[in-house]
Amino acid sequence: MPHTPAAVDEVVADVSARFGLLETSTFRGQTRIVVRSVDAPDALRLLNQLGFDLLVDITCVDYLEYKGAKHRYGLVYLLANTATNQRLTVRAFLDDPDPTIRSVVPLWEGANWLEREVWDLFGIRFEGHPDLRRLVMPEEFTAHPLRKDYPLQGRGERHNFPVITRDHS
Amino acid sequence: MSIAPAEFDLASRAADADVRSEDYLWTLNFGPQHPATHTTLRLVLKLEGERVVDAMPEMGYLHSGFEKIGEHLTFNQYVTVTDRMNYISPIANNVAWHHAVEALLGLELTPRCRYIRTIVAELARISDHLLSNGAVGLDTGAFTFFLYAFYQREVIYDIFETLCGARFTNSYTRVGGVSQDFTPLVIEKIRGFVKTFPKTLDDMERLLTRNRIFVDRTKGVGVLTKEEAINRSATGPVARASGVTRDLRKDEPYLAYADLDFKIACASAGDCYARYLVRMQEMRESLKIVAQALENLPSGPVNVGIDQRTALPTKKQVYSSIEGTISHFELSMANRGFEVPFEESYAAIEAPNGELGFYIVGDGDDTAYRARCRPPSVLHFALFPFLIRGHTLSDVVAVLGSLNIIAAELDR
Amino acid sequence: MAVDGGKLELPENVFVSKLDELASWCRKNSLWPMPFATACCGIELMATGASKHDLARFGAEVFRFSPRQCDLMIVAGRVVMKMLPVLQRIWQQMHEPKWCISMGACASTGGVFDTYAVVQGIDRFIPVDMYVPGCPPRPEQLIQAIIDLQDKIQREGTITGREFDTAGRQARKRALVEIAAPLSIDAARNPVLQRELAAASEAIGPRS
Repeated sequence: MPHTPAAVDEVVADVSARFGLLETSTFRGQTRIVVRSVDAPDALRLLNQLGFDLLVDITCVDYLEYKGAKHRYGLVYLLANTATNQRLTVRAFLDDPDPTIRSVVPLWEGANWLEREVWDLFGIRFEGHPDLRRLVMPEEFTAHPLRKDYPLQGRGERHNFPVITRDHS
Repeated sequence: MSIAPAEFDLASRAADADVRSEDYLWTLNFGPQHPATHTTLRLVLKLEGERVVDAMPEMGYLHSGFEKIGEHLTFNQYVTVTDRMNYISPIANNVAWHHAVEALLGLELTPRCRYIRTIVAELARISDHLLSNGAVGLDTGAFTFFLYAFYQREVIYDIFETLCGARFTNSYTRVGGVSQDFTPLVIEKIRGFVKTFPKTLDDMERLLTRNRIFVDRTKGVGVLTKEEAINRSATGPVARASGVTRDLRKDEPYLAYADLDFKIACASAGDCYARYLVRMQEMRESLKIVAQALENLPSGPVNVGIDQRTALPTKKQVYSSIEGTISHFELSMANRGFEVPFEESYAAIEAPNGELGFYIVGDGDDTAYRARCRPPSVLHFALFPFLIRGHTLSDVVAVLGSLNIIAAELDR
Repeated sequence: MAVDGGKLELPENVFVSKLDELASWCRKNSLWPMPFATACCGIELMATGASKHDLARFGAEVFRFSPRQCDLMIVAGRVVMKMLPVLQRIWQQMHEPKWCISMGACASTGGVFDTYAVVQGIDRFIPVDMYVPGCPPRPEQLIQAIIDLQDKIQREGTITGREFDTAGRQARKRALVEIAAPLSIDAARNPVLQRELAAASEAIGPRS
């Protein structure tokens, strides 16, 4: 993956000067920075102004069973610069109970559904989101399935339906 | 399954202020079971006569928990599940998954493997665009176009079946290589396809590209501007038809694309007709890539060597060398496998639908701790209300078809 | 027509049959499929209807998407719990006589997806007549299933639809579990369901 680490380092230095990054690292050519969750939306706004105009993805990792994890939820924002083809990964950590972070929908409209999905599957609340509802699970579903304490086969919701036999139909 | 207006509250989200108070607007439910071939999507449309005032898309009718399964299957087992994501071009998903896994592991593939993966990925792209444009044709009434496209897809299925035994849902790639090498029969079949496909493509273009009815139905419909495309994270043909000249095959070359000569198809209009044309042109470019890669196919091993401890060794190595035997057992036994760093990485390829990437978190053993799929279809489906406002009900189908939303990739 | 030694001689253009068999013959040769295509099997269903493996040869020409006009529902692909009420509603909207083919491993048993969202077999919730294994099944397998269904219709069909009174037959089917207790939205509070799940997981043993 041919990134240009030098140019990304300048951007990282800018963000670091403004917000004080918790961590910066590079792995397999990808640059990752960790910001505080209260600063994350502002850091993303700065990155947007510095040229990272494409929001590639917003996702979350539940570190409940991860060796050596200090926080439970890691929100990941993947950004890309369409002009120079640089990529950057921004991470923010959140904890139970009630993980909350400000929404970035004002910056990128594409974040709307991505944040809804993170709310649906992980239970992270996004303040300021115009329409925070479940996206992939049914509205009546009560749990957050992708958390590590939710079993793979579920808790019986998938078979909680009436049976229709030939006599009924 | 009843639609409570208060639940959706479409009126308050309508674009015009004076519309918000109108009760005479008619709510129409479109899906999740509907004739447009894009399987389980749901749209709740608010109509004023024939004009769509607002649209509320709903998804999740095919959510199967792919990302949670990824935490329980090994990398080589999960490739079977990635087949079932974008099921129109499953091999592209396989290539994307293993591209991401190999990026996490830091594996370098052999040259032959890179060319082989390029060839099958481009054949999958042709297959995907054939069905996508075929579905646009079908939804706007051109059934013959759809049948021509499906016949060519059968030829591609035949190639894949000769290669690895399955028509689609191939699960073709493995960590460090592929499951079956190219045989002379496969190469002959691909050569035959390369020779006969351009003529069929010309026939198909003659049917629709300058067809007055089709052009009227798709030109100016569902316009996406360049700024909106970037703001809403559109990628792939949908973005390229709006003028965003981003294609990972040229911008971040992976596999064998750096050695091959091809162009990227872009348009500036951003409407359904532009997306149709971009896909048609991309099929021609993909055919060029397949022809070049096939003629320059390097010889040599297709899987990485034994020292990497990731790909199964050949039988000759297993029976004649101790490293081969050890490697074979280590990889086949359920409680062993290969080492994965405690790190996270993201890698994407240019799938036929857009940027398909996987964010994988490794935790030491060969099962991912978190396997996140970045699906292009989600963002394209979120575009839909923006594109359809002000158009008529019959344009809904044309726009939906041109976005090429695959429900399984949408919902995972 | 002549009576010759107790046997009735019929001219060539007359044949005698039972009304049931005649009705079944007509119905089996013009099955109108309702493609309930959700996932990958839906693409193989489309391929079966396309020109190389032509399903129209068997009478299943018109893929009507309206349940009011169909008699054969082909559930192609996995059915998730958000989609199951839709499936049940569409099944109920179809008029009798109607049949159901469960195409593919996911519709028959849940397939590769033993997860919180996928229904492990649609025959738990609607009556199924024919199962097609495969992931996805080849078009030839689906065509074989339609041929087998046609044989079944010919064997068992009646003009009034008496063969659908299958209460006794359904009761013996292992897969159907009738949940008598009232359903609650939260499955964790459904005691009958939780008991069934506990019994099933004990039978399977701990999952590695």
